[in-house]
Amino acid sequence: MIGYLLRRLLAMAVTLLVICALTFAIFYLLPSDPAAQFCGKDCSAERIELVRQQLGLNDPLVVQFGRYVVGIFAGQTLGSGPYAVRCDFPCFGYSFQSAQPVWDLMMDRLPTSASLAVGAAVLWLLLGVSAGVLAALRRGTWVDRTVMVTTIGLSALPVYFIAMILLYLVVTVTGLLPYPRYIAFGEDPGGWLANLIMPWTTLAVMYAALYARMTRNSVIETLAEPYVRTARAKGLPERRVVGKHGLRPALTPVATMLGMDLGGLLAGALITESLFSLPGVGKLFADSLNKADQPVIMGITLLASFFIVSSNLVVDLVYAWIDPRARLA
Amino acid sequence: MTLLQVTDLSVEFDTAEGVVRAVRGVDFTVERGRTLGIVGESGSGKSVTSLAVMGLHRGARIGGSVRFDGTELIGAPEETVRRLRGRRIAMVFQDALTALHPYFTIGDQIAEAYREHHGASRKAARKRAVDVLGDVGIPEPARRAGEYPHEFSGGMRQRAMIALALSCEPDLIIADEPTTALDVTVQAQVLDLLMRLQQDRGLGIVMITHDLGVIARVADDVLVMYGGSAAEQAPADRLFADPRHPYTRGLLDSLPRLDAGDATELRAIPGSPPSLLAPPAGCAFHPRCPVYARERNPLCTGDRPALRQVGDAHHNACVLDEVTP
Repeated sequence: MIGYLLRRLLAMAVTLLVICALTFAIFYLLPSDPAAQFCGKDCSAERIELVRQQLGLNDPLVVQFGRYVVGIFAGQTLGSGPYAVRCDFPCFGYSFQSAQPVWDLMMDRLPTSASLAVGAAVLWLLLGVSAGVLAALRRGTWVDRTVMVTTIGLSALPVYFIAMILLYLVVTVTGLLPYPRYIAFGEDPGGWLANLIMPWTTLAVMYAALYARMTRNSVIETLAEPYVRTARAKGLPERRVVGKHGLRPALTPVATMLGMDLGGLLAGALITESLFSLPGVGKLFADSLNKADQPVIMGITLLASFFIVSSNLVVDLVYAWIDPRARLA
Repeated sequence: MTLLQVTDLSVEFDTAEGVVRAVRGVDFTVERGRTLGIVGESGSGKSVTSLAVMGLHRGARIGGSVRFDGTELIGAPEETVRRLRGRRIAMVFQDALTALHPYFTIGDQIAEAYREHHGASRKAARKRAVDVLGDVGIPEPARRAGEYPHEFSGGMRQRAMIALALSCEPDLIIADEPTTALDVTVQAQVLDLLMRLQQDRGLGIVMITHDLGVIARVADDVLVMYGGSAAEQAPADRLFADPRHPYTRGLLDSLPRLDAGDATELRAIPGSPPSLLAPPAGCAFHPRCPVYARERNPLCTGDRPALRQVGDAHHNACVLDEVTP
């Protein structure tokens, strides 16, 4: 088990290094010049060249990449002389536009994205899984048909459309809630909750619809398994047949998908955050794209890869915990 | 007293294409300490029959009567039937790898049934599980009870399945192709085990199989099913000595025999089993029947044939059988 874990962690490190190299290559081949950004407006060509030298931008790509990777673990000092900026561990680059290390920028925003993702996930799991289970158990009845038709409709709605409708109904027409803005949980838990309800709902609607459909199919499939028939043949009450012998295996793929989706969302729900002006990682990403703030874009790309790769590992470990067949001797 | 008496059992399903009549008017009885073999191809209705007896065929219309130890099961409240399932009528399924739950240990799966029916403590149920695993010849039962089905070999898994069926000391065991997934030596061991348990405990057994070799080994009485109905019914020795229905003869001819000599070819039954959605008129077997192919007797395509007595406890549904009791 330990050996397996070590192998997986090593593979994860290699994957991240490759992603890092690819992103690095793409960004540093782009026309936008970090030196020009560092130098600011009205900068002469000579000065830009000087900055390029000081930042090491004239070094070969491999050298620059090496410096970047080492910087992640050891921190690095960018530039020299009076313009030198110190970027401490873990240094994912430095945003000259914001005059802040990328790591600090991301960590400022991460709690917002995490609140959004986790809250939405709780909501879509509650709604999606229960609707899916209900539809499967009432297969072919009006309950099933209602769930299926509704979920097809909802999963077809784009996120921004749902957000618009919600904002219009909740804020403009009824005034039930104020226009959402992010309040830290520690600051005012009630305000935090009230302001996240709409973003949560927006994000959860699409996922809930997908999860309901997946859960329904998984439950129907599992209840047709021979081991469920065996449970009935043992004379167990139907409640236990479904609850213990049917639902556990049926929900295993749901757990897998949840891990993946959550991993992807932790690094920011780009559209939802932008729509509700939530200062999350997704919003940071969108803003950085607009400003062509390369170090930030790259940092977030790596952060997202890290979440996705590690959630993969977590999913596999959880899977082994649920299903003894997936355990390693 | 008769342990299980099935009278005029019918099972129908509604499908998108129409009504599937999986079983039509089947009768049989099982006595304590005796084994009824039900033989037939896939789709002959043999497995559906067993599930109908257990009340496990969901979404099917079931007609006729199933009396177990004096209690009518068809139309009985679910709770009544559930309390008999596992407790007094137990099932052994074909493929123990899929029939046992992959997430729970063998011991837990056996203990669960025992606790349900006997209200036993966790510890007592655990002990019971280890005991029955030992009874069916699993070495180191205490250790193996803590293992999962995928950690067992095929033969051991089928033994565990039998242990599960035995755990509540049932009166009747319905075994649906219990040895089909096993290789021949293991198959023999599992059948011997069932026979030994039957002798020890006076179990009634319904053995469902497509394998006449299994029937010859274990059955006291045989019901040959074709297209959802009984084709022939007789004590086992009589059936093998004097098979009357062309389908039964076809089944016997398609078995390899060591004493037949090199020149004898195996004869397969031509064609495939009938559609249960639109069964052929008259005798369901006539499109594949060598006798009909030769004689083209209009009786074969007339009314659906019923079983007729053709000898002592020997019944045949072939209309062409010259009754010579």
